[in-house]
Amino acid sequence: MTTLTKTEDSPAPTGPESFLSVRDLKVRFSTEDGIVKAVDGLSFDVERGKTLGIVGESGSGKSVTNLTILGLHNPRTTTIEGEIVLDGQELVTAAEKDLERLRGNKMAMIFQDPLTALSPYYTVGRQLSEPFMKHTGASKKEARDRAVQMLEKVGIPQPKTRFDDYPHQFSGGMRQRAMIAMALMCDPDLLIADEPTTALDVTVQAQILDLLKDLQQEFGSAIIFITHDLGVIANMADDLLVMYAGRAVERGSTKEVLGRPSHPYTWGLLSSMPRLDGDINEELTPIPGSPPSLLNPPTGCPFHPRCAYKDQVAGTLCTDSRPPLAPGRAAACHLTAEQKQTIFIDKIQPRLR
Amino acid sequence: MSENLTLPAQQGSTDGAPSTTETLLEVEGLTKHFPIYGGFPIKRKVGAVQAVDGVDLTVGVGESLGLVGESGCGKSTTGRLITRLLEPTGGRITYRGQDITHAKRKQLAPVRSEIQMIFQDPYSSLNPRQTVGSIIKSPMEVNGINPAGGREKKVRELLELVGLNPEHYNRFPHEFSGGQRQRIGVARALALNPKLIVADEPVSALDVSIQAQVINLLQKVQDELGIAFLFIAHDLAVVRHFSQRVAVMYLGKVVEVGDRESIYNRPRHPYTHALLSAVPEVRVDEEEQRERIRLSGDVPSPISPPSGCRFRTRCWKAQDKCATEEPPLVQISGNREGHLTACHFPEDPTTEARDEDVVLDPALKALEDSAGKE
Repeated sequence: MTTLTKTEDSPAPTGPESFLSVRDLKVRFSTEDGIVKAVDGLSFDVERGKTLGIVGESGSGKSVTNLTILGLHNPRTTTIEGEIVLDGQELVTAAEKDLERLRGNKMAMIFQDPLTALSPYYTVGRQLSEPFMKHTGASKKEARDRAVQMLEKVGIPQPKTRFDDYPHQFSGGMRQRAMIAMALMCDPDLLIADEPTTALDVTVQAQILDLLKDLQQEFGSAIIFITHDLGVIANMADDLLVMYAGRAVERGSTKEVLGRPSHPYTWGLLSSMPRLDGDINEELTPIPGSPPSLLNPPTGCPFHPRCAYKDQVAGTLCTDSRPPLAPGRAAACHLTAEQKQTIFIDKIQPRLR
Repeated sequence: MSENLTLPAQQGSTDGAPSTTETLLEVEGLTKHFPIYGGFPIKRKVGAVQAVDGVDLTVGVGESLGLVGESGCGKSTTGRLITRLLEPTGGRITYRGQDITHAKRKQLAPVRSEIQMIFQDPYSSLNPRQTVGSIIKSPMEVNGINPAGGREKKVRELLELVGLNPEHYNRFPHEFSGGQRQRIGVARALALNPKLIVADEPVSALDVSIQAQVINLLQKVQDELGIAFLFIAHDLAVVRHFSQRVAVMYLGKVVEVGDRESIYNRPRHPYTHALLSAVPEVRVDEEEQRERIRLSGDVPSPISPPSGCRFRTRCWKAQDKCATEEPPLVQISGNREGHLTACHFPEDPTTEARDEDVVLDPALKALEDSAGKE
């Protein structure tokens, strides 16, 4: 693999500090109906070469977080508080020009729907080469070679001729491959994949997931992988962040969170999913109610209106105060550790087999 | 005209305990080709999208048949043909012994009320300008059905049955969330006391935590009212949970059909193996390994499908015979009764990990080979 020198001078990594760190991020949109608190006090870290999975339902703020990291929000209607530090560089206050230099270069994104994320007006090849030429100052010829090489890497047959094709001439799976190739053009250190396989069929999804994993091993990028599918995340991520109503409710390594989940919402997600090897006669246990509106989220713990275990917490703690999320492996819940342990062993584990 | 249409429970209501062997719907060689027009100055037919090409299915009374496959395999078209929302190009659809393949509007009217549909997208399948009450009521109005106590009472009962507040009768669809809207869709489908519901991806547009609510509702409806389902979905785990029998489609054909146990634990068709191995699963303990099969590329175009076996272009076992001879959908030796497979070279009936993964994708193979060498 050719390693390409970057135009911008990256500061020497300062010790074992995390590569991307988000601290107390708050994102608010002002809309006609009021202020939407899309992300409300979110903190997480991503290490180099590791994959952080973010799971949550639609409207839980997972996509907004990542658009904010890339600076792709509308500055007129959005207020952002908190800190996003990428490799020592602060992004929230960074100028648009600096962000431009980073986007597509040091950090890149794979979008959910490759048909709408690719422009129908330009050839796939041109869309691949353009950011590469901009960021590295490469010539057209060099960019073409690089693009063809990347297309081949992601498994597009006859990349030389496919370079001049338009997105509509590609199938869904191939378009997503082209998107991945585009994101990897400048050898980014941070790759944000926002539901990259949701629009794809299962057999194609499996190919793309394996491809992403293998490419990560080769390129060593950090990946933030956003999805609503716990099955997908179980195969992809090293660490996991469960989001609900704009907040992180549980954090830990994938094995810990999925093997010994300790937040009622994670329990709910896991037991509402049918499994390929689960008991057929066992009824699914859905989470009652529906996700809250972010215009006026519930007071206290945002999950309390849907929580089945809130009566085990003394008093009105759940409705009054928002449970904090401790650093490291933690869940934002007022239940005590023993209570969680008992509930998990008695009620949750049998359902998960 | 309305008199002869009031047939909520016509011909021998078998509401008691229908024997499971009784066939409700039988589909033979069902075909749908969508023509493609081209040419100048006179447009003429230049080809056809062979969306459904010879599908055989049976649905028993009160049974749920799952129909799985990837997008573009014709599963939704099959559902729409059965409900006669599309006109079949060929084949036969028999509903309770009555041929409805090309039945006229009038002949079809009594059958229409017994075959209902639940659509995928709860946002586009409800008229935003009608109240929930009139949405659920209109099938009864169209069919001239006057339930005891009036239509409004029936609507309220239905709302309660699907877990909505009957007081929401006069609300509009936009006042409901996605999961609630899908419940409205279910209530509308139930308004005519159907015998068969074609559910086209009823939960795939919903959030994970809401999916289970709707699946449970559909299961309750099936158990309590004894309605047969044709459950179309791409999510294999959901289908397994809901359907007693499962048919796997690939490019307009059924490649394997059988009871749930056979399809999920003893699949024989390579495509079924590939499909099952591709399902992402929440699995933290890696004790029992499942097989890993990675096909290459996407489903071929149904405009010019491959000759012989349609799966052969992505199959790791394909031989010359597969290109020339189309495999019939038959019971392979060692399979249970009713487990039919269309394959010349079937796989072993297990889903356990193989000695070597089947990786057909060239990019994956290249990356994994180079990683293995290091």
